[in-house]
Amino acid sequence: MARALVNAPKTAKAGEMMEIKTLISHVMETGFRPGMDGRIKPRDIITEFACEYDGEVVFRAALHPATSANPYLAFETRATRSGPMKLTWRGDNGFEQTETVDITVE
Amino acid sequence: MSASTQAMQRDDVQNPGMLAAGQGEALWNAQPPGGGQSCASCHGDATASMKGVAARYPAFDEATRRPIDLQDRIRACNARRPGAPDMPHESEELVALSAYVGLQSRGTPTAPDPDPRLAPFRARGQALFERPIGQLNLSCAACHDARAGGRLAGALIPQGHPNGYPLYRLEWQGMGSLQRRLRNCMTGVRAEAPPFGAPDFVELELYLQSRAAPLAVETPAVRP
Repeated sequence: MARALVNAPKTAKAGEMMEIKTLISHVMETGFRPGMDGRIKPRDIITEFACEYDGEVVFRAALHPATSANPYLAFETRATRSGPMKLTWRGDNGFEQTETVDITVE
Repeated sequence: MSASTQAMQRDDVQNPGMLAAGQGEALWNAQPPGGGQSCASCHGDATASMKGVAARYPAFDEATRRPIDLQDRIRACNARRPGAPDMPHESEELVALSAYVGLQSRGTPTAPDPDPRLAPFRARGQALFERPIGQLNLSCAACHDARAGGRLAGALIPQGHPNGYPLYRLEWQGMGSLQRRLRNCMTGVRAEAPPFGAPDFVELELYLQSRAAPLAVETPAVRP
């Protein structure tokens, strides 16, 4: 079961920088490690993260096998207008999770 | 513990243990398939009913006349609950649920159960702590009492306090209970570790808890 924690301001002043912090539960199996039976475990990682702020992509990240389990991503973006902020993680084996926070700009 | 690890533990969005606590909250409120009682059906809102509970575990169990730790208490409760999921020791569900219960005591000083019937078990835990084991012939006390603050192959030797369990360990890239950590140390000194839930572990936990009091509970903590 995938779970995610998102910390973003509910309200912000126009022009202000907002810090968005995210944490998602994921094993991030590298694809290089042998399991208990000696066989290499298949890769299972998140490959892509994107943040859409009111329909516009404001932050995107590519993740690689060296990223730790449960990746934490934090970034800043400027508050321009009220709207939904859609955070999407995509990865191997069809993994996809979306979290949405509504941001009100005063 | 480095400043960055401490900062990671303090910030609930950075602390990966909070993911487990979140899963534990869902399990707390989840009804078994086909209806029946959830944890919340009897115990209500955990933020009120479980406040301070983890700070006094392991406690004396009337049914078995022995000390029982929090994970075994949850398992015993599940065994009486019709349709409840089976949660083996160290399973993701059990660790998550105990992390959620532990979270309700965060900040509460560790308070050992004063029940006098626990005294012989606590004494046995202390004896286990001081007994050299394994091919390296080291006791817990040899490192965690005598050399705490020193270094073992570059890693800081901690005082061995159990007030943050279950916790997220960076080395594990995951959550684990105190028993998992104790097994780690036992394997490290090349001793044979008892299975999860063994009486030895509960007695050790009991002694460690009295040794750590009154440190505040930090569950879910982050450790290197």
